[in-house]
Amino acid sequence: MTSWPILSVIIFLPLAGALFIAFLNEDEAGVHNARWVALWTTLITFAISLLLLWRFDPSSADFQFLEKRPWLGGTITYSVGIDGISLPFVVLTTALLPICIVASWTAIQRRVREYMIAFLVLETLMVGTFCALDLVLFYLFFEGGLIPMFLIIGVWGGPRRVYASFKFFLYTFLGSVLMLLAIMAMYWQAGTTDIPALLHHAFPRNLQTWAWFAFLASFAVKMPMWPFHTWLPDAHVEAPTAGSVILAAILLKLGGYGFLRFSLPMFPDASQALAPLIYAMSIIAIVYTSLVALMQEDMKKLIAYSSVAHMGFVTMGIFAMTAQGVAGGIFQMISHGIVSAALFLCVGVVYDRMHTREIAAYGGLVNRMPLYAFAFMIFTLANVGLPGTSGFVGEFLTLIGTFRVNTWVATLATLGTILSAAYALWLYRKVIFGKLEKPSLFNIRDIGWREMVVLAPLVILTIVFGIYPKPVLDISAASVAQLMDNYQHALEPIKAAMAR
Amino acid sequence: MNAAAHMSTLYPLLPEIVLGLGAMVLLMLGAYGDARTARVIDWLAIALLIAAGVILYLLPAGKLVSFNGSFVVDNFARFLKILALAGSAAAIAMSLDYAKHERQQRFEYAVLIVLSTLGMMMLISAADLIALYLGLELMSLPLYVVAASHRDSLRSTEAGLKYFVLGALSSGMLLYGASLVYGFTGTVSFAGIAQAATHGGIGLIFGLVFLFAGFCFKVSAVPFHMWTPDVYEGAPTPVTAFFAAAPKVAGIAMFVRATVVAFPGITSQWQQIVVFVAIASMLLGSFAAIGQRNIKRLMAYSSIGHMGFALVGLAAGTTEGVQGVLLYMAIYLTMTLGVFAVILSMRRSTGMVESIDQLAGLARTNPTAAFFMAMLLFSMAGVPPLAGFFAKFYVFLAAIKAGLYILAVIGVLASVVGAYYYLAIIKIMYFDDAVEGFYPTPVELKVVLAVCGLFNVLFFLYPGPLVGAASAAARSLF
Repeated sequence: MTSWPILSVIIFLPLAGALFIAFLNEDEAGVHNARWVALWTTLITFAISLLLLWRFDPSSADFQFLEKRPWLGGTITYSVGIDGISLPFVVLTTALLPICIVASWTAIQRRVREYMIAFLVLETLMVGTFCALDLVLFYLFFEGGLIPMFLIIGVWGGPRRVYASFKFFLYTFLGSVLMLLAIMAMYWQAGTTDIPALLHHAFPRNLQTWAWFAFLASFAVKMPMWPFHTWLPDAHVEAPTAGSVILAAILLKLGGYGFLRFSLPMFPDASQALAPLIYAMSIIAIVYTSLVALMQEDMKKLIAYSSVAHMGFVTMGIFAMTAQGVAGGIFQMISHGIVSAALFLCVGVVYDRMHTREIAAYGGLVNRMPLYAFAFMIFTLANVGLPGTSGFVGEFLTLIGTFRVNTWVATLATLGTILSAAYALWLYRKVIFGKLEKPSLFNIRDIGWREMVVLAPLVILTIVFGIYPKPVLDISAASVAQLMDNYQHALEPIKAAMAR
Repeated sequence: MNAAAHMSTLYPLLPEIVLGLGAMVLLMLGAYGDARTARVIDWLAIALLIAAGVILYLLPAGKLVSFNGSFVVDNFARFLKILALAGSAAAIAMSLDYAKHERQQRFEYAVLIVLSTLGMMMLISAADLIALYLGLELMSLPLYVVAASHRDSLRSTEAGLKYFVLGALSSGMLLYGASLVYGFTGTVSFAGIAQAATHGGIGLIFGLVFLFAGFCFKVSAVPFHMWTPDVYEGAPTPVTAFFAAAPKVAGIAMFVRATVVAFPGITSQWQQIVVFVAIASMLLGSFAAIGQRNIKRLMAYSSIGHMGFALVGLAAGTTEGVQGVLLYMAIYLTMTLGVFAVILSMRRSTGMVESIDQLAGLARTNPTAAFFMAMLLFSMAGVPPLAGFFAKFYVFLAAIKAGLYILAVIGVLASVVGAYYYLAIIKIMYFDDAVEGFYPTPVELKVVLAVCGLFNVLFFLYPGPLVGAASAAARSLF
């Protein structure tokens, strides 16, 4: 095992970078340095997280790289560690942050230092959320992310940024405080907030139901699940490009991760009993928000609604409680993290040039921007779930996993994939194809080298994971298998009682 | 008994004696000094408060008792006395610049605050109803005077008068309640009352309710909060900063000690009252603050809400609950003082400004102050990882353990509503276009703001000592 606290380094290195930037001057040179410091910090963090991938033992379902220190006194400790479920998300986070920094290189000209600080602090909090092995610590990181995100939307956002930032903050805060109460109730019940210990604690049925709903309140808002998704389109549309990327790629995943880490293993009875509710919400999310996406006139809004639909697949797969469903849910989240991030970056590319996100303002871009059209196409197809792209693997696995449990749900969800093809291809046709008629577009430049650097790795990952998804699935396989085992084990008494 | 033995029973009171004698000396100095001595006296008063704190710290550990048990120095008292002394010292420091600009340099101000602090110390240690009442009055009388200290200002005198009339009324109620409790238990000492009040009779409950009315008034909890917005707005701003900090600590101390020590036998009776008061305060504090444009008025509603949250811990009535209350008060003190440091620095060539719209664009004109202010406001809203989150965490943790689920749910929902108006201030500072900046912030305000801000930001890194101290203090009551 490691001799140095590798996880704590990954968690707190960005914070150190942020602290460093805070002491830079506010002049031209300081701004220049702030960008470079932020980039190097995130790159080094990413490099260390790759080390994590290398040293991680995928055959073990236990938590690895454990660290434990006294913190709040009593049994509430600073405790971090990762297993196969959290590792992909940690790496996804650290990988996307440098991309976000580069994507904001020229797009952000106002208060650059503060912007970089906000992103680095956000990285610390997000990685911390995925690594935390103590419920209170988890909550601390989980909620703390609200502060930088609120400021990112509110300070660097679009015209309706105040409304969007308030809505984002209050919605998420409301969901989370109820989860906090559930955490407290669990603490008094189990006598600890240590997650590994709680994973094997059998909570009484009554508490399970209440706590399950309280966690649902938080994760359903974060995810977001229909009908708690209305903050997302607003937040996405108003946030700056990199803000949308983080929001779609990582913050939404906190909800799915929460279901996997807490709701399923800690409240198995309640999860089993209430899975139909999740199915219903997922199906409505998939079908309804896809229809809504068809009607959008704003590119970012369209992608935001498509995110809600894709997250519907995730929740459906997770609560199908089959190995394929859960693995598919994880894969779909990773894939969506890459694809939606890339789509928002693609919107950012044309927004930086034209300063509008209206679909009607574009058309015929392929004539002037062939490279852009190519990249956009890859991501559009991945969003549709075309075989050969990463989007397919996740959707397919979740559908298969659900089909085994509930045919109707899977059938209805398949409808969503058709609809997603409709809105995504429609968007692509309107923006990229057609005649180049609008005079404002005659001089639009194709993507430059910086944008290429940003999009190229995402194109490669989308295709590689589409053809060869094994690495991601392998990392999480052992942990998913253990999750299933524990879950079935916990349900046995109930099944036995029902059989009798 | 010889004189030495008499003296030895007084040593738990040493900090109070030092404060009292010191206040007399300062009074003489002021009376015979010229106009310039006022500033010296301010600094001497701060030194005096710090000295009292040091002496308190040097007192032998454990539970010290004096005056036949009516004056107690336990860990609970030590914890809260340090808070009260710190709050008072900071309040004097924060008034220095204001007094200079407004030509309000009067030596009486610092002396009155020291005397009021002496009252708080007595109140925190009071272990019978008579000592409690004496401490309460000693604390309150100087407060009435300093509220009206801007004697040429209509608003200030009105605030002082309002506070005095309502304060007198509440003292009367408290006294009536105390007499009823005495009548039905036959004793004024908390320990004696605890022995006699094993089951609630109608008379005892009557007395308890009147007692609570007085307590609620002092901590400005609903339904006895009406004076708070007017007095906060009308009083000179440094005085408001003082009101919001130390007297609240002492008020909560009296509330907790009297309730937990004197009435443990009838917990189920008073618990309902405290639950109601907590819920009403949290809701009113959250909803009524939304419409406020004057930042002092807004802070008044905010403090009403905070008292509601602190009382959630008391409602639990357990060691964990009292620990939560103590932590809440410590963190509340830093949040309030920090925010008032910013409010006191809102000065332009036209004088002090009090509208929250005047903070527009503070993030441009004074990024450091805006950052700390934003962190303090997030902390007040209870967002992790700031200190305010831990304050709320511990009181709700206690409430959940005590089975007060409804209270906890209403409480956290109120905190979401409350978050709205804190966010509104942050929005004005960060999202709105800059208006003209303020005068340069005087150094003592900068220090208070930086200390309070850093405490709130960094608390999560090393929360152990304060949590441990609060836990030890809470255990000393049971």
